Amino acid sequence: MIADSILIVLLLTNFFVLGTANLRSAIHAVAFQGLLLSLLPLFVESHLTLRLVALVVATGSIKGVVIPGLLLKAIRDVHIRHEVEPYLGFVPSLFLCAIGTALALLFADHLPLAAADRAGLFVPASLATLFAGFLGLTTRRKAISQVTGYLVLENGIYVFGLLLYQAMVVEVGVLLDLLVGIFVMGIVLNHIQREFASLDTEQLSRLRE
Amino acid sequence: MIVLLIIIPLIGALAAFLLPADRYRPWVVAAVATIHTVLAVQAVRTKMGQAASDWLQLDPLGGLVLLVISTIFLICAMYCIGYLRLRANRPNRVFCTALLGFLAMTSLIALAQHLTVLWVAMEATTLATAVLLYFNQNRSSLEATWKYLMIGSVGIALALLGTLFLAYGALLGLGEPTLLFSDLVRRAAHLPAPWVRTAFVFLLVGYGTKMGLAPLHTWKPDAYGEAPGVVGALLAGGMTTCAFLALLRVYRIVDAAGQGRFARELLLVFGLLSMATAAAFMVGQRDFKRLLAYSSVEHMGILVLGIGLGGAGIFAALLHVVNNALTKGVLFLAAGNIHRAFKSKRLEDVTGALRRLPLSAGLFLAGFFAITGSPPFGPFVSELSILTAAMDTHRYIVSALYLILLAVIFIGMGSTVLAVVRGVPPEDAEGRSFRESPFKTIPIIVSLVLVLGMGIWIPRSVSTLLHAAARLLGGS
Repeated sequence: MIADSILIVLLLTNFFVLGTANLRSAIHAVAFQGLLLSLLPLFVESHLTLRLVALVVATGSIKGVVIPGLLLKAIRDVHIRHEVEPYLGFVPSLFLCAIGTALALLFADHLPLAAADRAGLFVPASLATLFAGFLGLTTRRKAISQVTGYLVLENGIYVFGLLLYQAMVVEVGVLLDLLVGIFVMGIVLNHIQREFASLDTEQLSRLRE
Repeated sequence: MIVLLIIIPLIGALAAFLLPADRYRPWVVAAVATIHTVLAVQAVRTKMGQAASDWLQLDPLGGLVLLVISTIFLICAMYCIGYLRLRANRPNRVFCTALLGFLAMTSLIALAQHLTVLWVAMEATTLATAVLLYFNQNRSSLEATWKYLMIGSVGIALALLGTLFLAYGALLGLGEPTLLFSDLVRRAAHLPAPWVRTAFVFLLVGYGTKMGLAPLHTWKPDAYGEAPGVVGALLAGGMTTCAFLALLRVYRIVDAAGQGRFARELLLVFGLLSMATAAAFMVGQRDFKRLLAYSSVEHMGILVLGIGLGGAGIFAALLHVVNNALTKGVLFLAAGNIHRAFKSKRLEDVTGALRRLPLSAGLFLAGFFAITGSPPFGPFVSELSILTAAMDTHRYIVSALYLILLAVIFIGMGSTVLAVVRGVPPEDAEGRSFRESPFKTIPIIVSLVLVLGMGIWIPRSVSTLLHAAARLLGGS
């Protein structure tokens, strides 16, 4: 099945995001993941509807282009260094991610699933991606690499949402991307404030004491 | 028309955004808040059960929360007239727009009968409060806002995941992925238990983060510490109440699905853990706004503890929702005045508040006695009812822990509060210009009178509403 092959590539991308030391390539990997995700709805719904086309286009452009572009722009604009700086080393986090992926496969086997979903990889891939995202979110020191973790977490939710295609909940996940946009704005603001700290009037008043 | 409760604040938000003059904007907020309260009271009295669509309906539980947020918002809006006049050097366009957006979205939470609608409204509330938190626009408020957004978004993402899990359970058990509360509760017996349990855990962690239950409370001290007092009051009295409502909606489904015991055990653990965490950080706390943040963690713990006890505890917890929100209004607004007058929130700089600001400091002290459960204030009744519920169900260890933690918190909070109000104010002239104008004090007095009223005599209509809401959750 093509969908399962895409999901396997998705899982491999998780490892790449956690394993790379370069922030820029982590963002590129997340963008690639976004593009992969945008293909998945085509395998869930067999009829070509307006909603399907809109979902594919929106997912691809938001997750694959806009958000990663915003992150790359933020790195450029405020001169963030390109190293990832994790709390937890790359090898242990890759190891944990592997364990998480294995557990996700086992756990999904024990959950009651619809017959159609039992055959595919949607549920385990979603759980494993969630775990990888959570790992990225909690073990990274720098705000912008935490955001890449959050994006991976979000992608895991998206994959699960596709199982409920008819309930129209996948679309709601776009609101999470809105939050990411605001995060990135916060990072940029924070750096600007740091750079202009000496011109901050409050700092000047503090010096009196 | 219950939809007006959402539409009018939205129109108000637009008006506040378009209005060119900073001076008149707080009045728009106050006017909308007044209309909202009138509509909310009228809706709860006469339009109970009315549905605008399948997705929006006024039920006793939502009606209760609607009244609470409308009241606390009205109090805060009146206070804002004085507060924003004091901070006239700051543009308030975005702040006022976000305030009214907050009112619209919290009203939507109260009326929502669909898990996805509830989630979207909760997400929008998060965005509106982030804007409110950033009002001071300095480094520390940016840091607090960042922390709030980061932790809040992880919470909201997990809540979405829990929602999806529940929908998947519905797809398996009911044949369609419905997320309407009425559908889910009615046919809950067919929901597969593993999905219901997993969903509850994720939704508890997700909405628990928004409530600020320990150990998911870490955003709270920073956010409440850095935000203006009035935003603290809205968060501690309004937003956390809405998050608790979301949790109650989910609890109702889980209980109907036969997993009530599992849910209640989890709630008991989270409740006691939150109280214990709050107690640990309140003893020796040198910052009186952070103190209030931990007090909020404590009371969120008391709320879920009440639900965890079940039966009579559910009524007590709902009563405590009202009492906690109103008392938090008193405390945060009075603390905001003290903060403004002393230009500091640390004990090193703030002493003798009772001499410098007799009224605000007196209200702060009264608020302290109220929130720690001293008679004759409202929280005394609800906190005592929770204790009774624990004793009646023979949970003696829970009762003992509850009492010990309440006592520790009373002493810990008391020493900080007394250090603030007693003594001689420092000599330096900073903040001397602050005066206790009517708009900055009367809303606090009104709030305290309501807290006192809830302690002495609960109006029959309120008590009927509380009982109806408790019955929905399997209480009495």
